[in-house]
Amino acid sequence: MSNGNHLNHQPTAEPAITVKSQRKAIASYVIGFISSIILTFVAYTLVANRVLSGWSLAYALLGLGLVQLVFQLVCFLHLGQEREPRWKLLVFDFTLLVLVIVVFGSLWIMGHLNYHMMLPSNTDTYMREHEGL
Amino acid sequence: MSREVAEAEFNRDKTEFGFWVYLMTDCILFGTLFATYVVLQPNTFGGPGPRELFSLPFVLTETLILLTSSFTCGLAVLAAKRRDLMWTYVLFTLTFLLGAAFLSMELYEFNRMVHEGNSWTRSGFLSAFFTLVGTHGLHITAGLIWMFTLLWQMGSKEITDRMVRRLSLLSMFWHFLDVVWIFIFTIVYLIGVGGV
Repeated sequence: MSNGNHLNHQPTAEPAITVKSQRKAIASYVIGFISSIILTFVAYTLVANRVLSGWSLAYALLGLGLVQLVFQLVCFLHLGQEREPRWKLLVFDFTLLVLVIVVFGSLWIMGHLNYHMMLPSNTDTYMREHEGL
Repeated sequence: MSREVAEAEFNRDKTEFGFWVYLMTDCILFGTLFATYVVLQPNTFGGPGPRELFSLPFVLTETLILLTSSFTCGLAVLAAKRRDLMWTYVLFTLTFLLGAAFLSMELYEFNRMVHEGNSWTRSGFLSAFFTLVGTHGLHITAGLIWMFTLLWQMGSKEITDRMVRRLSLLSMFWHFLDVVWIFIFTIVYLIGVGGV
């Protein structure tokens, strides 16, 4: 590393930058970029060409989104690549836990609320259509 | 490794960690907005639903623009780390222009919807839609202002360690916004149009 700008006598905080480490980092971004484009197009095609429908479509799209999330977290945000102790990863895991509780908890509660607050006039149709009664 | 260098590195990691914790709390903010959106999405109050309102090719273009800007932003920080002033400028300017293009497309879409009488007051679905996508748009706006400020601050001087740190925090923010957009694209647009 020969940037020769240590005139201000400040200790440099950046880890040594070698051609090899730069090349590796660029490769990681290229992998993240290309896989994200592919996943985006696959998801788009599923909807545009009506390959799937209903819940199977929703699950497939969410799955593709989650795969893209992992690619971007690893390739763009370098999650899990820090040295021990991995504080960033720990905070991320905890956030994931809170998110699952908040999102699925809300959907669960609100779904049940909708069900129990149904207008009496709608219960017959609902039972016929959704519960096979 | 001398003690001074170790200390400087510790401080740099501390700043990055603090910013990461902020991003994670922002995740929770978006998580609550996503939950609200999914709950309110069927409540169109006789108004138009996702299928009538969204044009998928338009949103796909937006998605690809934001994704590319996330990529160029990552490369820009790498250029800054090797103290390459010219490439840092070129790549960050490209990121800025792509971000601005994304924001203009989003504002164009909002404007069109409001003019057709489908603003946030139309239905529960539209309230939740504008809140979720609008919050993301506000973040993008903040990111663009931040990016402009840093580029201006950098001037034509050499890139200092401090500047590299600021730029890498900005790129974390920008990548994070792209991660949130994956889910807006999937949940609001693709599932909205594909239907459940």
